[in-house]
Amino acid sequence: MTPVNSLASPQPTTLPRLLRGLGSGTATLSLDAHIATHGPLHIDIDAGSPNTTLHTTIAKSGIGGRGGANFPVSRKIDAVIAERRAPHVLINATEGEPPSHKDHVLLRSTPHLVLDGALVCAGVVGAREITIAVQAGSTAEHAALTAALTERRSQHMHPGIAITIATVPDGFVIGEERAVISAINGGPAKPTIAPPRPFQKGINGAPTLVQNAETAAHLALIARYGAEWFRSVGTPDEPGSALVTLTGAITKPGVYEVALGTRLNDLVATAGGLTESARAYLIGGYFGTWIDARDAHALTLSDADLRARGGGLGARAIIALPAHACGLHETARVANYLSNESAGQCGPCVHGLRAIADALDDLAKGNARAQADIERWLTLVAGRGACRHPDGAAKLIASALDVFADEIRAHTREKRCTASATKILPLPSPSSPKRKRA
Amino acid sequence: MSDQLRVNWIRCDAHGLCAELFPERITLDEWGYPIVDPTPIPKELRRHAERAVSQCPVLALSIERIEDPPRPPR
Repeated sequence: MTPVNSLASPQPTTLPRLLRGLGSGTATLSLDAHIATHGPLHIDIDAGSPNTTLHTTIAKSGIGGRGGANFPVSRKIDAVIAERRAPHVLINATEGEPPSHKDHVLLRSTPHLVLDGALVCAGVVGAREITIAVQAGSTAEHAALTAALTERRSQHMHPGIAITIATVPDGFVIGEERAVISAINGGPAKPTIAPPRPFQKGINGAPTLVQNAETAAHLALIARYGAEWFRSVGTPDEPGSALVTLTGAITKPGVYEVALGTRLNDLVATAGGLTESARAYLIGGYFGTWIDARDAHALTLSDADLRARGGGLGARAIIALPAHACGLHETARVANYLSNESAGQCGPCVHGLRAIADALDDLAKGNARAQADIERWLTLVAGRGACRHPDGAAKLIASALDVFADEIRAHTREKRCTASATKILPLPSPSSPKRKRA
Repeated sequence: MSDQLRVNWIRCDAHGLCAELFPERITLDEWGYPIVDPTPIPKELRRHAERAVSQCPVLALSIERIEDPPRPPR
């Protein structure tokens, strides 16, 4: 009995969907306000047996995971069910990436939507246990989630399902799903070797359906309004809306909900336009790619469009780099950060990212010979680790060498840097909670 | 279906024995970690591969049967 829902308030025909009903303030949508906004969630949760109607609806919606990989949600569900053991649901709300805020915004402003989505995940695989993972530094998000759970308990909602909030250490790599699971299981907050993958052996060894917090929020609405509704925005291959964190040289930086396939220019216009001309856009966060602003005018926010340009939409963190900043210096700063954030387990990542970050510093100081070293090392780190951390970092740095070729020449030949602004790309300060490690 | 070498990067400590025992498929990067040629291992090289696997002091190397299609999430 999935999408049919006579009590639901009218389905929203316009965006926002996830961020619907939120005022301009930072207040959290209470349970009553949440139900008034989205309607109640009516799904059969029969712990122990998967809800096949719900499964069909999710498969038809075609939703891809919103945590960055865009992996088809229904295939993850298939894989968990195929294990035929009591499953577990993990909602990954760790969001350790400094330029991304979407999951934090969701948890703070509309935690009940994420919780509804967690229940949809439990229903679709027949799980009795849900864990929601947040980082230790996410105190406001933790508080909003805890308050929402208290509201639900007082109304005796979904009594057969146990929902636990797990606090995992801060850091970049911890967001990787196997690192989250390892931490929850009492191990180090570091990626493990795959296989086994989470759908085979996750929390307490159970087959675990892992979904990002935003994905869960979409599932909460798909369960209410159906697959057709979900697909009524977005592109045929990448249906639905998505949250984007837009920062940098932007008049009104923040988290926006857009239809996938929206033109970047239209999003920037919605955010009040640029504060000054942009040199480039970093799309997809710190595992993303630089796109020259001159090539960005026709760019649409879809994996298909970005793949054609060698990138990907990732978790949709976008930074507009102002023309008076230096992409080479900015990338060197982030490369240094990513090297420091290596879990320290795999040699090529430990040694390679450090060597690359140091050579980028050298290049920024004008040493032209560093570039050949960087290019060679980039090919050496990708695909040689337990997780994709070195691959993501290598992709970002390779795109910088390409897009900022003019800046690199200015540094190496003319020994000059034209930048008048520094530290555009956000990094956690050494004292901030995001910096703390396990 | 084919046989390929697989490195457990968390275990690997750059001892480098594998490259000595199986130079046909393994070289070392400048930090001493193996660079594995993904070309499937033919029958006549299988014994070399097995020796490299069994001699690794931290058991970081294995031979994996690659079947298509690949399984879901990473």
